[in-house]
Amino acid sequence: MRGRSAGGVYTSAIVERAPENRWLDMPGADPSNPPREVGARELTPEEQRAAEKQQKADNRFYKRAIHRAARNRRIGKIGIALGTIAAGIFAILFLMPIILTITNSFMSTSEINANYGMVFATTESGSKVFISKTVNLKLIPDMATFAQYASVLFKSPEYLMKFWNSMIYVVPIVVFQLFVAMLASFGFARYHGRVKEVIFFLYIILMLMPYQVTLVPNYLVSQWLGLIDTRWAIWLPGIFSPFAVYLLTKFIRRIPTEVMEAASIDGAGEWQIFSQIAMPLCKGGIISIAILVFIDYWNMVEQPLILLTNDEMHPLSVFLSKINAGEISLAFAVAVIYMVPPMLIFLYGEEYLIDGITYQGGIKG
Amino acid sequence: MSALEVKNKLDGTLRRNAAGTRERAGIHRKHVHTKASKKTIREIVSSWLFLSPSLIGVATFFVIPFGVVAFYSMVNNPIQKIFVGFENYTRVWNNSAFQQAASNTMRFSLISVPLAVALSLFLAVVMESKIPFKSQFRTFFLSPMMVPIASIVLIWQIMFNYNGIINEIGMWLGGSRIDWFKSDNAQIVIVLLFLWKNLGYNMILFMAALSSVPKELIEVSRLESATEWQIFWRIKMRYLSSTILFVAIMSLINSFKVFREIYLMTGDYPYNTLYMLQHFMNNTFQSMDYQKLSSAAVIMSIVIIILMLIMFVTEDRYGRDIEG
Repeated sequence: MRGRSAGGVYTSAIVERAPENRWLDMPGADPSNPPREVGARELTPEEQRAAEKQQKADNRFYKRAIHRAARNRRIGKIGIALGTIAAGIFAILFLMPIILTITNSFMSTSEINANYGMVFATTESGSKVFISKTVNLKLIPDMATFAQYASVLFKSPEYLMKFWNSMIYVVPIVVFQLFVAMLASFGFARYHGRVKEVIFFLYIILMLMPYQVTLVPNYLVSQWLGLIDTRWAIWLPGIFSPFAVYLLTKFIRRIPTEVMEAASIDGAGEWQIFSQIAMPLCKGGIISIAILVFIDYWNMVEQPLILLTNDEMHPLSVFLSKINAGEISLAFAVAVIYMVPPMLIFLYGEEYLIDGITYQGGIKG
Repeated sequence: MSALEVKNKLDGTLRRNAAGTRERAGIHRKHVHTKASKKTIREIVSSWLFLSPSLIGVATFFVIPFGVVAFYSMVNNPIQKIFVGFENYTRVWNNSAFQQAASNTMRFSLISVPLAVALSLFLAVVMESKIPFKSQFRTFFLSPMMVPIASIVLIWQIMFNYNGIINEIGMWLGGSRIDWFKSDNAQIVIVLLFLWKNLGYNMILFMAALSSVPKELIEVSRLESATEWQIFWRIKMRYLSSTILFVAIMSLINSFKVFREIYLMTGDYPYNTLYMLQHFMNNTFQSMDYQKLSSAAVIMSIVIIILMLIMFVTEDRYGRDIEG
């Protein structure tokens, strides 16, 4: 009885024998001959039958509980197996495009033209390459060669120029956006006030605006200042973008105010608190934000399209999309070179990246 | 003395005492205040100095010109500056290209956002269970975020080509060839690319939210022989609700930015169903129609602001619900 009333709820918690059965654990106990309680009277046949019935019911109950536990374990195992399979499928789907791009970059020119000539044939203007009727997606090239890389690096300087363009845009934006953001986030975190809260909210709104919206004001200012078609048109809005300010403020607010107050009482000036206490404590956050900003601007397409009419100054991302059929053999190698910097950063800073994303969750906090 | 009188007297004493305490505290605070005020003012001023570079930059490049944009949207042209009210807005609103772009963008968002939320939540739940190679899987799922879209469009074009592998698989499964980029299915290709790019990011957000569900709660419910299914829907979902909203709104905002993928894949003139709001803006930039440009920008920013207000209000309500 005891087992049932409790077991109905706590099936998984039964670990001991029920008290009336504990004699079974004693040395020399004979299960076929249970001890009789001292002073207990002989059971009547009816009572005997009832007791046996009860015993059977209890046995059934325990058997069921054991079965259920085993089944749950099996379901758990199957669940894990299914989860692993699902994760594996997703992983393959996620990695396939990257792997294919990398392996295909080792194909020779003729092999790429033979396999993929069709795809880009529409943009081609009469050059004589052999074009097959089908498109064969190939995982492994027939013959691996570094010829594409060699010609990108040594024979076609325009790709390297565009790669260099990308670098010239991204590096100053990352460095100076972070610098401006460090100062500003310290300003936001140091003293709360109604005005500052409103301004911070404005920053959040600006941060979430898509390019369709922010590019219009950017364009107007660049026009007034005569920056259109200069690198400044990309640099300046990038440097003052509110994203880093917002995220770094969230990191700084995690530092207990007592730490900074203590420094202040010890006679540290605001600049000292900023440079020797707040920023060193936010080092992880600064790296996370640098990575996020880097990916964002390495990937940029909209800004150069609108703000730079001169193709010479476009970054590699825009240039890659304009590659034509004659050059598609090079395209893979260029694409791989283009993904190397962010991939290296990813390998180095995956944990920082995850930190940065986690901090973005729950915009307001 | 009746009970009421006793009570009143007691109340009076309490009130007096409280007032006294307040008074003393007030004097005390005042004293501290006068002593520190000089320093406090200096610190407030310096905090504004720290803010100033960013404030000046944001004001110059975003806020002030946006005011000008709002002004332009209300006048007939930038030179005459005659106030015309909402005429520009109605002009943009009734523009067929704008309507096409808005409905395409909306359709894209309606398809991609629920998928992005559901799939990334699924991945996060899978990653939370006891599967092997967790950290490797996490790296794999996150890597598309790092790869520039421009590098990947080549392989995407090849896969979805008329003679490409996706169609081959489709034929093998008994379907027929589809011209992915030049049919109404074009959006599917972009949705897939969008999911490929964004799932990892959302998954990390969900994983953080899942790990913040109190462990004791789950342990107790397990002891109470709740099934995993019940634990997920009754307990974890409650803690996830604000993150789901956040991810949904962030995905929605990201889905407005999908122009990049479409442009890199199909160039300036995509198929009809791929004509997004950013294409509309780009074309308007080319024709230098300031009124149209400004009114469209204002309309879009209003939509975004409404979305954000929804997010903040709901987060406030749900957030308190859980913390309380």
